[in-house]
Amino acid sequence: MTKADIVEAIYEKVGFSKKEAAELVELVFETIKETLETGEKIKISGFGNFVVRRKQPRIGRNPQTGEEITITDRRVLTFKPSAVLKEALNQPQ
Amino acid sequence: MTKSDLVERIAAKCETISRKEVEIVVNTIFDSMRDALIRGERIEIRGVGSFTVRTRNAREGRNPKTGSVVHIAEKRVPYFKVGKELRERVNAGGDGGK
Repeated sequence: MTKADIVEAIYEKVGFSKKEAAELVELVFETIKETLETGEKIKISGFGNFVVRRKQPRIGRNPQTGEEITITDRRVLTFKPSAVLKEALNQPQ
Repeated sequence: MTKSDLVERIAAKCETISRKEVEIVVNTIFDSMRDALIRGERIEIRGVGSFTVRTRNAREGRNPKTGSVVHIAEKRVPYFKVGKELRERVNAGGDGGK
């Protein structure tokens, strides 16, 4: 599934034109990205939480040369699926 | 922020679309993504990331309270891999990045 399939689902369900549906989908994802960029988490009930975590700097190693390098501190995004979604994936169909 | 905060924030950017309509759009997006994952389908949203379904093998677990062995069946779990654009934006994080 890609963004185009999501646009199609909205076009069929809501009655926007394809162009409007495509713009709205773009706007939704852009707003999600803007929010996560500020470090704020997003909780979508029934789907899961997108959480920005801080990683401390640590010493890594180039596995090819064995050379030690410092991995700088960084912010990473993690997704924690909701219990509802995990359960839905394991229902006999 | 919750889903309704997200709807609020999006609706504030739209002049011609009502809050209610934005809510339907957001719900439709996540419902269709959930349905795709239930079908075992991979989802790829450019600039955001991809969702896949991974299978965890069955294993023997232990009840930590009683120590008794319990069988844990094979199960499917959703997995999200962040896309390049979002990964970079999150890491640049607000401090003048954008």
